[in-house]
Amino acid sequence: MSFLSYMINGISLGSVYAIIALGYTMVYGIAKMLNFAHGDVIMVGGYAALTMLLNANASPLAAVLVSIVVCTVLGITIEAVAYRPLRAAASPLAVLITAIGVSYLLQNVVLLIFGSNPKNFQSVIPVPDLKLAGGALMITGETIVTIISCIVIMTVLTLFINRTRTGQAMQAVSEDKGAAQLMGINVNQTIALTFAIGSGLAAVAGVLLCSSYPSLSPYTGSMPGIKAFVAAVFGGIGSIPGAMIGGILLGVIEILAKAYISSQLADAIVFAVLIVVLLVKPTGLLGKQIQEKV
Amino acid sequence: MKKNSKIFRQNLITYGMVIAAFIVVQILQSTGHLSSLFTGLLVPICVYVILAVSLNLVVGISGELSLGHAGFMCVGAFAGAFFTKCTQDTITMVPLRFALAVLIGAIAAAIFGILIGIPVLRLKGDYLAIVTLAFGEIIKNILNVFYIGRDSNGFHMSMKDQFSLGMEADGKMLLGGPQGITGIPKNSSFLAGIILILITLFIVLNLINSRDGRAIMAIRDNRIAATSIGINITKYKLMAFTISAALAGMAGTLYSHNLATLQASKFNFNTSILALVFVVLGGIGNIRGSIIAAVVLTALPEMLRGLSNLRMLIYAIVLIAMMLFNWAPAAIDWRSRLKERLKHSRANGKEAA
Amino acid sequence: MAMLEVNNLSISFGGLHAVDNFYMNIEKGQLYGMIGPNGAGKTTVFNLLTGVYKPDEGIIRLDGTDITGKSTIEINKAGIARTFQNIRLFKELSVLDNVKAGLHNHHTYSTLAGILRLPSYYKVEKEMDERAMEILKVFDLDGEAEYLAGNLPYGKQRKLEIARALATDPKLLLLDEPAAGMNPNETQELMDTIRFVRDHFDMTILLIEHDMKLVGGICEELTVLNFGQVLTQGKTSAVLSDPAVITAYLGE
Repeated sequence: MSFLSYMINGISLGSVYAIIALGYTMVYGIAKMLNFAHGDVIMVGGYAALTMLLNANASPLAAVLVSIVVCTVLGITIEAVAYRPLRAAASPLAVLITAIGVSYLLQNVVLLIFGSNPKNFQSVIPVPDLKLAGGALMITGETIVTIISCIVIMTVLTLFINRTRTGQAMQAVSEDKGAAQLMGINVNQTIALTFAIGSGLAAVAGVLLCSSYPSLSPYTGSMPGIKAFVAAVFGGIGSIPGAMIGGILLGVIEILAKAYISSQLADAIVFAVLIVVLLVKPTGLLGKQIQEKV
Repeated sequence: MKKNSKIFRQNLITYGMVIAAFIVVQILQSTGHLSSLFTGLLVPICVYVILAVSLNLVVGISGELSLGHAGFMCVGAFAGAFFTKCTQDTITMVPLRFALAVLIGAIAAAIFGILIGIPVLRLKGDYLAIVTLAFGEIIKNILNVFYIGRDSNGFHMSMKDQFSLGMEADGKMLLGGPQGITGIPKNSSFLAGIILILITLFIVLNLINSRDGRAIMAIRDNRIAATSIGINITKYKLMAFTISAALAGMAGTLYSHNLATLQASKFNFNTSILALVFVVLGGIGNIRGSIIAAVVLTALPEMLRGLSNLRMLIYAIVLIAMMLFNWAPAAIDWRSRLKERLKHSRANGKEAA
Repeated sequence: MAMLEVNNLSISFGGLHAVDNFYMNIEKGQLYGMIGPNGAGKTTVFNLLTGVYKPDEGIIRLDGTDITGKSTIEINKAGIARTFQNIRLFKELSVLDNVKAGLHNHHTYSTLAGILRLPSYYKVEKEMDERAMEILKVFDLDGEAEYLAGNLPYGKQRKLEIARALATDPKLLLLDEPAAGMNPNETQELMDTIRFVRDHFDMTILLIEHDMKLVGGICEELTVLNFGQVLTQGKTSAVLSDPAVITAYLGE
């Protein structure tokens, strides 16, 4: 029974990674950049929700919505101010380093406003825990909501990308920016929209993460951010189902490693699995193999 | 050839800059013009300069993104400190022992460089980057659960805890898991740091301007063309990666002998990123730029210490602003236009005079 | 014995026969041309000859040695050098260093000698400089030796690529559309250079080209490729007046 409950916890944690990884993967697929500040947007989302709950006495739903709006605006602003000017820079590393700068900036702004002490986050999820097998297996409300959110987001996003004009514009920009521009697609707008969606998802991930692991500090976003980045690569960066599978596998491996091998070595094991996967399949589980034309 | 003498002159300027900095600091120190805060920063600055130059060999010269450079520094730091702890009683000549420790730190890191490089360098671009990140984290994690002690029976090793070492009463802890290595003699000095910087520069600059360096840069510029003229990609990628790892290991040993206590958690992802920031800010492939960026960015947060809470905020803003200023095509255009205008107005001024 | 002997060479990509039962013999010192409509598989043949792709079937012999399935590096060492349709220079290296990179396997010293600046470093580097300048002079690029390769005008970049390939001291030189993007004057000049290279370096040359003036002007023999197969082969004048060739180019 304990194995089953570890599995469920793993899927739950993995679902959070998956939602964050979706943001990473979309931005990477379209803007071809690793947005290192993505993890910190999650943290901002957490603080936005917390402030609404504590200071404005808002309902959980309102708190989540405000958090999404804050992160979306933040994402668009970051892209416009810090990333867009560097899109045509001589080296793709320039925007990577700037993203690191943005990450430090977000952490320190939050540090100044809220202080460095971890805040206790009240779960915003009103769903009761589910007890199965006569109480031997308990699934928390947070777990249920996290997993369901993940499935819903993934489905909606896939439909959006494949069925709507805007989604197809995104695919076109991701294939070839220049050609997309010639076809009359507004590339800047499309990229901004991608950041908006990715950051909105980060807010959701932030609230879910803090509901399950109720401690929030300015550095809360970094490690889940890195893990989600790993998950995105794991599944094949640029691929939406890949981010999903990568995220969930990563969560499961992490929880199982913690439970059965060593809690201190869990991260090392997660990273080791990633390395093995990449050595066997160099572009991730569902990544496209690109052959350079000679 | 003309070009060789030009490179020679450029390199001389770089060496001269380092030596001049050393002399200036010595004068300031002897006349009492150097604050204790800044004195404390001297060795760390040397550490980060070496780290930045070594990373530039991978990122700038070999053209691969590495996000796990702190891992090699970590290996070097622990290997060197471990050696010093073991030989503290047998080798009493400190400079010799320290030189050996540095050598061992470099060799240990180089071995890891080869072990990691062989499987990993087949990957390209961001995938290579993420795997280096993963290795950096793994090295840190494993060192965190490693216990080594020594008693009259020899060495004892465990990955569980201190007590499973099963040492005799006279046993001494050498490596204590998350506590790391304690009681490392403070053998690093500014002079040692400067010497190691000069060695690093000597190796890197001479490598770049040699047959092997040319091959490494040719691969960076065009892999397919490089193979077409018979250059072995794996060999040269691995060479750059390993030499870079060795130098980072050297920086690590210098670092660990500047602290009493060495913990693996110091060598996290942020340290790797910091090194990358130096490289990109100083100009990818520009060795002198790496040095300057490492000095400025290591000193800056300390200079801002008076501003307490604001200092990391200012650091972040300065970093973003400098990146935009240095790299944004719009900013580059604007700067060249400004330069033109200045030139014009100066020329006009001369005519008027 | 021919310099290059190719028999029954085939490769397919996902069911598409890109090159099918290709054959060709080139004698030492020949200037040989390969023509055919776009997509006929000409560059694929080059990629097979240089080991970028491994053939599904067939045999390639260079100067009597079987080089089929060898790696690009081994094939270059065996004596085939090439240029690329889309220029592939080392853009951030100087013109001189591009050629010196081509000399990589012929003038060597150890890594340690390079780092420690041992006498062998100075001696070999000097030899490399001299040899590279010699080659650059042939292409009239010696004046631009210190320029970054990426800053050269297009026509000179094409020449530099040939110079770099020659630096590897090949037996057979493959040129992939050397005149692409050149104006008539530059093409004329290139024709003279290619002839000069053949005579001066005692070289065997196989080139892909669309410019019929160049092909008719300098190639002694031609192979025409169509849909991955050899359409016809022989003396240039005979091939160019073959009705089947004209049909392949102009359609029915």
